[in-house]
Amino acid sequence: MATEAQSRAAPKTEHPEPDRPLKDVGQDRRAATQGRWAAVLIAPSLILLAIVIVYPVIDAVIMSFQKDAGLAKATGMFVAGGFAGFANYTHWILQQCTDPGGATVSCPPGTLGAQFWSAFGTTFFFFVVTIVLETVIGFWMALIMARAFRGRGLLRASVLVPWAIPTAVTAKLFFFIFAFEGIANKLFGASILWTGSEWPARGAIIVADVWKTTPFMALLILAGLQIIPEEVYEAARVDGATAWQRFTQITLPLVKPALMVAILFRTLDVLRMYDLPAIMTGGSNNTTTLSILVVQQIRQGFNSAAALSTITFITIFLVAFVFVRFLGANAVESATTNE
Amino acid sequence: MTTAPATRVATSDARPKARGRNRERWASARIYISAAIIVLWCLLPAYWMIVTAFRDVGFTFDSTPFFRHTTLDNFATVFSTNMGNHFGRALTNSLIIGTVTTAIALLVGISTAYALARLNFRGKYLVLGFILGASMFPGVALVTPLFQLFTNLSWIGTYQALIIPYISFVLPLTVYILTSFFREMPWELEEAARIDGCTRGQAFRRVIMPLAAPGIFTTAILAFIAAWNEYLIASQLTNDQTQTVTVAIASFAGAQPHQDPYTAVMAAGTVVTVPLVIMVLIFQRRIVSGLTAGAVK
Repeated sequence: MATEAQSRAAPKTEHPEPDRPLKDVGQDRRAATQGRWAAVLIAPSLILLAIVIVYPVIDAVIMSFQKDAGLAKATGMFVAGGFAGFANYTHWILQQCTDPGGATVSCPPGTLGAQFWSAFGTTFFFFVVTIVLETVIGFWMALIMARAFRGRGLLRASVLVPWAIPTAVTAKLFFFIFAFEGIANKLFGASILWTGSEWPARGAIIVADVWKTTPFMALLILAGLQIIPEEVYEAARVDGATAWQRFTQITLPLVKPALMVAILFRTLDVLRMYDLPAIMTGGSNNTTTLSILVVQQIRQGFNSAAALSTITFITIFLVAFVFVRFLGANAVESATTNE
Repeated sequence: MTTAPATRVATSDARPKARGRNRERWASARIYISAAIIVLWCLLPAYWMIVTAFRDVGFTFDSTPFFRHTTLDNFATVFSTNMGNHFGRALTNSLIIGTVTTAIALLVGISTAYALARLNFRGKYLVLGFILGASMFPGVALVTPLFQLFTNLSWIGTYQALIIPYISFVLPLTVYILTSFFREMPWELEEAARIDGCTRGQAFRRVIMPLAAPGIFTTAILAFIAAWNEYLIASQLTNDQTQTVTVAIASFAGAQPHQDPYTAVMAAGTVVTVPLVIMVLIFQRRIVSGLTAGAVK
């Protein structure tokens, strides 16, 4: 018991606790050794991550301020890139393209540049719809999984199946299910060309996404539900609280930290959504997300692709920041505290 | 005379009890119905994939819900190279890339997770925040610079072109899950070993590692799955030689150019998925605790 309490208190030894006076002796020396050890043990990971993430990101930011090297359309001469200022960013955000004469015009419809705001809108549309659906359905699944009944093992096992299937396979599977002659049309007696127009295509992608990722959401929420002590519910029941009151007054506030982290994880994931729309529709019929647009742009010019991926990255970062700062989704805190 | 009020009391007492029992029965029926809906919703699409994988091409759109017109032809089609598919090679590629990535991530990640779980140092929250942020980092932000870099190095079509970007999300995931597993370890045993004269490294290797093995193994599965399932980076930074399974399935070509080879693709999906699902179900409990690591506790 004592050792457990000690290991739990370990992260907080900067504030020596009064119940452990003996530990204070040699505290400074111990902290110094631990710090040195920590530096040695953590350095390899940080160096590796710096190489595989920080370096490419800095590279992308530098690229995003460069002009594309190539043949100048007006003169037919080779020009070597050079500093572009914010041109690559205004290209996307303000929809400014360069016409063959070199003048700045608004991007003609059909070009990748003209699709930025629609891709932005599509990404946020998927974000809002899937997060709402996955939170509601995931919460419901978690509430059922939290109950004790025979066959719960089967339920928890089957929930892992969609999660374990690769997204690329899920995309192909739902592409087949939503094929014109596929089972979805047969079941509902419909004859919808699912991937052929905007709303059916978006619907099919949303169904596939909800199927694939709701289990993950449910498991995270379930983990949050399981740390609520049963006595709290007992006490509420004794006080005459209805089931609905128990849900809104006890379950919701107590599960909120886990729920917020789950929503944060899913948000970061859905904002970079690529696999499902790329495989199911190829981004046609207004299902192009920001990630798809970046990938399409790579073949047409690195530097504006770099600008777009930087915009995507900053957008995701800002949304995550809003979540952590204003909605209290603190993943780091819940990862480090033991209570 | 005396019996009448007694029975009245008894009946008025029995009625709410019966109602309560009915309500209880209804509540448990509701749970079973909900559970059945969830199980069917999760399993039916996967079941449909397997049924289709074993179905004759001529009956691709047959809606019989059980195995009929069964054949193994689709699996032969999947592994045949006649139509330009190299599924077998893609499987090998994914296995190699997934294994190497997982091995590197574990090698580097274990010591970091140990430090984060066990040691007390300044900047710990910063390191954790950075690692968590890294695991959520959008792959698309890496693809553009890496595509140019690897093109210049002529690395497109090599394994390192995928292993390097994969480290960016597999390593943070590994550290994150391992940290939460390590925090649950009985560290007093390590203390005891050190009092008995072990160094910190010896104590870790001889006492903690054997105990941590299941957690490390679970982490390895989750790390491998993350690498195995990746599609975006794999679709951009590979060529035919290093194509991974996800890319192979997404671009699977049929006999006719404009006809989707559904049954073969479902067979390919089955080959890729079934071993994974079996692994996951065997280690179900640990996988769930690894998946939800850090979200609560």
